Amino acid sequence: MHTTKIFIKKNKIGNYLKHAREHYIRDDIYCGFESCDKCTRATSNLSSKHVNKCNLLKNNHYLILDTNVILDQIDVLDENVIGNVIILNTVLKEVKHRNMPIYKRLISIIENPSRHFYIFVNDFNKGTYLKQELTELINDYNDRCIRKACSWYIEHIPDETFVLLTEDKNNRAIAQQEDIPAYSIVEYVQNLTANENLIDKLAKKEFQEKFNAADIFPPHLTIVEIDKGIKDGRLHQGTFRASRDNFLEGSVNIQSFEEDVILRGYSNLNRVIDGDVVAIEVFQKDQWVSPSELVLEDDTVNALDDNLERKELEISKQRTSKKNIKPTGRVVGIIKRKWRQYCGILQEGSAAVYHLFLPADRKIPKIRIETRQAETLKTQKIIVAIDSWPRNSRYPNGHFVRALGKIGDMKTENEVILLEHDVPHSQFSEEVLSCLPKLPWLITEEDEKVRVDLRGIDICSVDPPGCTDIDDALHCRPISDDKLEVGVHIADVSHFIRPYTALDTEAASRSTTVYLVNKRIDMVPDLLSSNLCSLRGGEERFAFSCIWEMDHNANILNTKFHKSIIKSKRAMTYEEAQLTIDDKTQTGSLAESLRNLNKLAKFLKKRRMDNGALVLASPEVKIMMDSETHDPIDVEVKKLFETNSMVEEFMLLANISVAEKILNDFPDCAVLRRHPEPPALNLEPLVKAGKHLGFEINIESGKKLAESLDQATRDDNPYLNTMLRILATRCMLQAVYFASGTFQKHEFFHYGLAVPLYTHFTSPIRRYADILVHRLLAVSCGADATYPDLMEKKKTAELCQNMNYRHRMAQYAGRASVALNTHLFFRGKIQDEKGYILYVRKNALQVLIPKYGLESTLYLGKKDEKLDIFTYNEEDQTQRCADVVFHAFDPVTIRLSMDSKNIQHEKFVLQLVFPVIEGFSVPPLEDVEMPEPEIPHKKRKK
Amino acid sequence: MSRKELISKVGLRLDGRRADELRRIRCKLGVFSEPDGSAYIEQGLTKVLAAVYGPHQVRGNRLKAQADAVIINCQFSMAVFSTSERKKRPRGDRKSTELSLHLRQALIAAIEVEKYPWSQIDVYVEVLHADGGIFPACVNAATLALIDAGIPIKEYVCACTASIANNNQAMVDISHEEEILGGPTLTIVALPMSEKIVLMEMSQRFHLDHLKSVLEKALEGCKNTKNILDQAVQNHIVDVGASTGWASTGEKVKR
Repeated sequence: MHTTKIFIKKNKIGNYLKHAREHYIRDDIYCGFESCDKCTRATSNLSSKHVNKCNLLKNNHYLILDTNVILDQIDVLDENVIGNVIILNTVLKEVKHRNMPIYKRLISIIENPSRHFYIFVNDFNKGTYLKQELTELINDYNDRCIRKACSWYIEHIPDETFVLLTEDKNNRAIAQQEDIPAYSIVEYVQNLTANENLIDKLAKKEFQEKFNAADIFPPHLTIVEIDKGIKDGRLHQGTFRASRDNFLEGSVNIQSFEEDVILRGYSNLNRVIDGDVVAIEVFQKDQWVSPSELVLEDDTVNALDDNLERKELEISKQRTSKKNIKPTGRVVGIIKRKWRQYCGILQEGSAAVYHLFLPADRKIPKIRIETRQAETLKTQKIIVAIDSWPRNSRYPNGHFVRALGKIGDMKTENEVILLEHDVPHSQFSEEVLSCLPKLPWLITEEDEKVRVDLRGIDICSVDPPGCTDIDDALHCRPISDDKLEVGVHIADVSHFIRPYTALDTEAASRSTTVYLVNKRIDMVPDLLSSNLCSLRGGEERFAFSCIWEMDHNANILNTKFHKSIIKSKRAMTYEEAQLTIDDKTQTGSLAESLRNLNKLAKFLKKRRMDNGALVLASPEVKIMMDSETHDPIDVEVKKLFETNSMVEEFMLLANISVAEKILNDFPDCAVLRRHPEPPALNLEPLVKAGKHLGFEINIESGKKLAESLDQATRDDNPYLNTMLRILATRCMLQAVYFASGTFQKHEFFHYGLAVPLYTHFTSPIRRYADILVHRLLAVSCGADATYPDLMEKKKTAELCQNMNYRHRMAQYAGRASVALNTHLFFRGKIQDEKGYILYVRKNALQVLIPKYGLESTLYLGKKDEKLDIFTYNEEDQTQRCADVVFHAFDPVTIRLSMDSKNIQHEKFVLQLVFPVIEGFSVPPLEDVEMPEPEIPHKKRKK
Repeated sequence: MSRKELISKVGLRLDGRRADELRRIRCKLGVFSEPDGSAYIEQGLTKVLAAVYGPHQVRGNRLKAQADAVIINCQFSMAVFSTSERKKRPRGDRKSTELSLHLRQALIAAIEVEKYPWSQIDVYVEVLHADGGIFPACVNAATLALIDAGIPIKEYVCACTASIANNNQAMVDISHEEEILGGPTLTIVALPMSEKIVLMEMSQRFHLDHLKSVLEKALEGCKNTKNILDQAVQNHIVDVGASTGWASTGEKVKR
């Protein structure tokens, strides 16, 4: 059935080793054509119905692509116009090797049957296999294989036309000599009959008009030179982070330096874009600078303007204070580009076909694109991809990918937020929906047999108002004089989401439900999240129960876990529950159990605090929406009741109990959550801020920190403590999921909660980690069987990585959505508000307005010139003007308004109202409203 | 498990095989004249020589001799040049001792041991090139050498490996490259005609869900190997017979 050939490969693993691999050459590989009777049949998406129309060729034809076409022009291939494409295995392997994201996109195109793409395994086919010559380079060999496959096809199916598309001139020339029709993709697309706007999507390596412009950037080193430099210790490798405020500055974190290395100025940045992995050279110490505290924006409009002297000057004007200098360097080479697609808008003011694109993300430079549809695109949010950044161009070159919708439209803006944060938000596919149970869903006798029936117990749920995905419910009842039985019941999502189904894969990929202000992007389809899994009042539902026996001092005497059937008596809001507890006239069993729970929760909380759990704070607000117009009508700080803390305590307790149980049974693959202790360096700003106010902040341990935070209060400024806690929150590291086998035991610690073990068990409807934990626990208590991936440490670690990423992105997306809506709310409004100074900067004050959870900058002076009336004292971080001194955490009153000049980045404009400074502050508005800000307590990590 | 796809989108493995295909097996009986029986086998790039001495009188410690069965003495060794890295491989290190023991266990199951009381059979196997599946190749080579030596066996004893690719597909006859990249490998030694498993070894833990399909694949591999070995033995008999005049007609012997 197959013949054998052996080829020998030299491989480098430290030293030179000779490897021999087998290579079986087959005669049973299908060419993909239905009309062919010479080949063994297999499935193929090629279809005679799809017709490629191009003016270069008379009739229908099939396309064979070279690797460079796929790598550069994947956006063009994404269009439905192009079909009947044969992807050679040689090409596929090279694409995979060179660029994984593009490979994944290509695979999804290939798997879509309506696109008519087919993989032809040319390297294992008898007719198309070629042996690599000894002196032949791999690229030449691949090109030769591609041409061989083309001529094989031409011979194999003489009735059809085959066209090779390649960007490589040499390859094209040789192909034409061998009588293979070959074109470049640009040529081909320009001559396509239905090219519509496809030309705009072509990636451009070079803008021809500017071909002879002078080089303005120094060249990048080659990979070999970089490798050598890094080995010698002359160069360093790191990831570039652009500065948000100053487009001519950024930093690189490298291992051998404690501090980030600063890069400043065009030629030192040398075409680097946020996220790229770069090689940098660090300057001599006398050229080091301090991070500039200037805010600089790129305000050029003309797409062909390559003059960059002006801004450069501005930044060099700034005198460096010798004290604060940090390592400084320049980029000498790019190791890996992290380009993605960017959302943004077209900048107005440019004529002809070249336009500048303004990305929504401030850290990304403007991108030059070529488009003929500028008129229509001007009012749209669009997506653009970067293709190249040649030395003679001030801006990177890119191409238009697609339009999202009208600027300012709520739907478009949400789409932008979701795309920028990489949130998967497409509709659930048919395949996923087919995994759902059929309605009406009934509890069968078999279910009753394997589950503990708790329908008779008075269980209730407590959630925020308007919550439809209720995943937890509670109960508490006395079982003897000195014992209470407390139960936490969590929706049994893992009963519906079985491993290896499409539904499971989708949920794992989404990992979390994302909450935007006016939209929820579910992790699992609505039927589960708001119906079958949601523990609604009065309905029978499956639950996973965690039942404790406790004494009246909340000491756990016994813990058990089992699957159950429950019937929640009532779904309450926090407010309702609070009223029920406070209303002494209510003596029903529900009210009694809530009171007991509340009492126990207080013990639990106290114990937790004594262990050194941190109470952190962050300004969190709720935006009230108009139910009809979906416009924000008010912004208010989230209200908190005692019952919030009650529910939280029991959820924490359940999570901790489950963590112990699953770690015990699965020492290697339990999904846990750890919160590493922040390094002292991170906490420095907090300690400094404390010192200026005369407080000693002890950061030796979490417990000490919690204690010193508790003591740092001042009667004349009640909000001060909260401010300190907000600062503390920002110093913390992220809590992360991990597989227990991938870390040492002492690293499992959760710093914020001060518990040795923690996991997430209580919200399986909106977090995938909880589903995994449910599955593990189900195995532990014999309610379910394992499956291979669950036991696999590496697989679990991979899932954890994805969950952490999605989790972080979901948080950012949520915050971005709140910011967007706050902006909308303030559009056209002017208000005086009370705020607090968070940081004192050289030319500005960072002010927090607790009422709106807003943080913004109050510039001390105009953008470019600094007012002389203020003197900045670096030592105690103060700004002084005559007898008014601004310290960090001082209360101020400021006037808030919106600057909507830049439609993409609307900004708040702050003006000082109180304390009054002659010539700087503005008089208060007539209708001064100064409500006491409420103090939010909810813990949230940054 | 592993990053790399062991079976591609189109269903081919790294070397171009499909999941249920063995590597090419080439073998030869009677390669040496000194031993009583010998064989050479190639499974893909794995190459093994086997030599059998005996049955003969028990050498060395006579006390070992058994009244009811023959003693089988196996020795496994690997050539210095058998892997891409040259390495001295002393006899009697842990790995070779273990493999020798396994080999002995496999052969005891096949040889009619009670036929030769008070005697001993020595089996020497030497790996010339290792490219995955060393042990199965040794078992197969030893079987052929036993047949060449004319020692009565109950039936062919064959071995094969199988593993799991991309976390869900069972594949047979694992090459070295796949061994490194892939997950756990299951090695079985079986009596394919009576479908008895003699020896089974896992390099790592398998999940129970996978074990059945992998085991089936490996068993199937053993059966296919047996057919190939059988063909080789028949060809050998024809050759030998032709040269000694037994089968002067020159017709192929058919069973």
